[in-house]
Amino acid sequence: MSDSNTTSVMTENWVQIGTVNDIPLRGARHVHMGDKTIAIFRNADNKIFALEDKCPHGGCPISNGIVHDNSVTCPIHNWVISLETGEALGADEGQTLAFPVQMNGDKILLSLSLK
Amino acid sequence: MKQKLVIIGNGMAPGRALEKLFDTAPDQYDVTIFNAENRVNYDRIMLSPVLSGEKKFEDIIIHGDGWYIKNNVMLYKGHKVTNIDRVKKQVTSEHGEVADYDKLVIATGSNPFIIPVPGHKLAGVLSYRDLDDVTAMMLAAKARGSAVVIGGGLLGLEAAAGLKEQGMDVTVVHLMPTLMERQLDPAAGYMLEQELESRGIKVLCGANTKEIAGESKVEAVHLDDGTVIPASLVVMAVGIRPNNWLAQDAGLEVNRGIVVSDNMQTSDPDIFSLGECAEVGGVCYGLVAPLYQMANVLAANLTGDKDAKFVAQDTPTRLKVTGINLYSAGDFADGDDREEIVFRDASSGVYKRLVIKDDKIIGVVLYGEAADGPWFFEKLKTSEDISEIRDMLIFGQNAVLGGANVDPLAAVTALPDSAEICGCNGICKGDIVTAINEKGLTSLGEVRAHTKASASCGSCTGLVEQLMTLTLGNSFDANAIQSMCPCTDLGHSEVRRLIKAKDIKSIPQLMQELEWKTSCGCVKCRPALNYYLVADWPGEYVDDYQSRFINERVHANIQKDGTYSVIPRMWGGYTNSKELRAIADVVDKFNIPTVKCTGGQRIDMLGIKKQDLPAVWEDLGKAGFVSGHAYAKGLRTVKTCVGTDWCRMGTQDSTGLGIKLEKMMWGAWTPAKLKLAVSGCPRNCSEATCKDIGVICVDSGYDIHFAGAAGLDLKATVVLGHVDSEAETIIHIIALAQMYREQGHYLERIYKWADRVGIDEIKAQIMDNAEQRQTYYDAFIFAQTFAQVDPWDERVSGLDKHEFNPMAVLELEAAQ
Repeated sequence: MSDSNTTSVMTENWVQIGTVNDIPLRGARHVHMGDKTIAIFRNADNKIFALEDKCPHGGCPISNGIVHDNSVTCPIHNWVISLETGEALGADEGQTLAFPVQMNGDKILLSLSLK
Repeated sequence: MKQKLVIIGNGMAPGRALEKLFDTAPDQYDVTIFNAENRVNYDRIMLSPVLSGEKKFEDIIIHGDGWYIKNNVMLYKGHKVTNIDRVKKQVTSEHGEVADYDKLVIATGSNPFIIPVPGHKLAGVLSYRDLDDVTAMMLAAKARGSAVVIGGGLLGLEAAAGLKEQGMDVTVVHLMPTLMERQLDPAAGYMLEQELESRGIKVLCGANTKEIAGESKVEAVHLDDGTVIPASLVVMAVGIRPNNWLAQDAGLEVNRGIVVSDNMQTSDPDIFSLGECAEVGGVCYGLVAPLYQMANVLAANLTGDKDAKFVAQDTPTRLKVTGINLYSAGDFADGDDREEIVFRDASSGVYKRLVIKDDKIIGVVLYGEAADGPWFFEKLKTSEDISEIRDMLIFGQNAVLGGANVDPLAAVTALPDSAEICGCNGICKGDIVTAINEKGLTSLGEVRAHTKASASCGSCTGLVEQLMTLTLGNSFDANAIQSMCPCTDLGHSEVRRLIKAKDIKSIPQLMQELEWKTSCGCVKCRPALNYYLVADWPGEYVDDYQSRFINERVHANIQKDGTYSVIPRMWGGYTNSKELRAIADVVDKFNIPTVKCTGGQRIDMLGIKKQDLPAVWEDLGKAGFVSGHAYAKGLRTVKTCVGTDWCRMGTQDSTGLGIKLEKMMWGAWTPAKLKLAVSGCPRNCSEATCKDIGVICVDSGYDIHFAGAAGLDLKATVVLGHVDSEAETIIHIIALAQMYREQGHYLERIYKWADRVGIDEIKAQIMDNAEQRQTYYDAFIFAQTFAQVDPWDERVSGLDKHEFNPMAVLELEAAQ
């Protein structure tokens, strides 16, 4: 999960927020960052994703949803959000902010700049 | 920037127009709807089956609440628009809601015409237009008594048949000499009259109503000729009037209806109108097919396709009264330039008449045997020359095509692609076959969703299924089971059976053995599978919390702003000063903004932050409170009255029974929520007869009820049976709950489960089969040894801490 310009970015923006085991498999946690809340997801393949914890539909915290494949379903009106892009899938339209995530061993690094 | 589209009215025509609009241009408009009726869009054509009891309201909903949310439609229910300001381009509702529009659609429908005879305003005089009328009629019918239906047209006769089904003594009063004179010739009208009379409905033709008599409510109907018909209910079904006053007030051009061009535009280019209130080419329409055509034209014009134009077409008529086959279309008046072919069979009650002009069919009336209707109508529409087949024509399609009645599909096979299958929606055979092939449709539901065929009145469902068999071959089975979700082809019952048969004890094992199509399921199947495994393998299966909805994961109810509500258990609705003091202290300590009494006799604290939940529970736990499971697909409340402790009417210790039931059953997971009530006497203060399971105590013992509903559906319970002792009551109720736990589909309330498996089957197993009853009872009690753990206490002790606390809190020094 690393790419060529990792090093230069690491020094500026990446913040360690915890380890993979802090998040239940097919589950989510959240991170407070100022007045923003970021939802951190772990899917069945142990991939980690970060989205603003806000459904593009009604603003509900999507970290409360059910995680399946590479998506999460919002518990309020069942919108399905892509964990990779933050976009609403299916017939719905909208997008929530997606943040880059890096792994260092089992440690999760979150970038504060947008994807 | 999206344009603002405001629609006044939420009937079938604007509903269809929006479907088309969202299909072709989902992003063009922000849509706001004002609906004077306090409900979603439903199928008005199907009100008659609701009145006769063959269907329920839920069956005829076209767009549920979810549809409006999904399409971002702002729907104001129960808001009547009182003013259109064309200068400011604004509409105002009676409640003062104001909405701006770029484009406005007036779809206010029609009002029933009420004959202004003396007494027309008496209580008990109804019209027949919407669900409120049907509900009022059904209520009136409960008292049995006599009803008079004024008007012997399509609606009046459907109302009469429905009221007769509901047990009323019905008389139809019709001004003209024969029934349904606009759709039937006198001969068919006479046959229809005979048929209705034979069903016990009195028919008086050529009868003019002089007065509706009564002091404060209807007592009788007086006719011109002096006849007096006693009646407790009068239904006026003598016609409709386009509801055009709003347009008139706004200064739009109005004739009988709101005048629109053939692209549905009124005299104001930004205002459109459609439906029964619109007048196009000098004609107002009332049947669904032309209204749906208007909807298509409107949707096309709203998206800029100015070529879409309304073209007047004949629409066939059918009467929706079970057992009466009637079909009519076109023009069947007598005339010098016309010939007719008539077939009568008095013994079997068949009458067919074709009106022919210049070797073409121009009118069809069929009574008693109407299957050939669409075939004749096709010839009428296409002006086919019938001189070649004239000899055999009246005997119908099979006779003309020479096919014997062997292959049931022969008739459908022989239809041309242009033959109309669904009259309501104007869907032809070719449309359906193409959709099945191109979109790979395999179920009736899919065909309805994609083509709308048979999605309105449903009378062509058989034809659509035949077409599916024809197109898909044997792979289509009309009785096939709906799959659980797109991850599998198996239905819920099949999955439940296989879990037992194959000894499946985990979700990954299940997905492997039952060949799930996705890697880890979806939001529909995972919670269902988790429930099935929890219910089937108590003590063995490890509950997968990531397959539970958030409410069950954090043991509180999520609210729309992401905060939670907390409801502690109050056994049987009883509390005391110590508990109330503890609640008051918690509310103060955590600044809980809202405290409310629930319908289940408990106290709800709303607006609690997720991270505060464990601390709130800790304080409540110290006062003896446990989780009320108000968030669970499981046992919720057992509502009680004050019973023999206090009430002079009480017959048994109903409160004690309620509390015993709650103590034995709390913690149990069920397919959907389970609410109980126990009433101490038949006055039923705890409202036990609309609960999932209810008990009415009587002098001689206990009446056990179940399968009621008082939510989306309103449904009285049915009686499971009577038992003599409290101990037996408990065993029967717990056995019933266990049977439901083992058989119910996830999210299927007990009344729906009972509908599916049959009340008689449930009675047979619970009331009549003592061994089976004991087996269910024992299984429930065993499962409870694992389920009765207070989830709040567990979390106060530190379980699932990750659910409540942030993973990290980051300081933002230089966020930008």
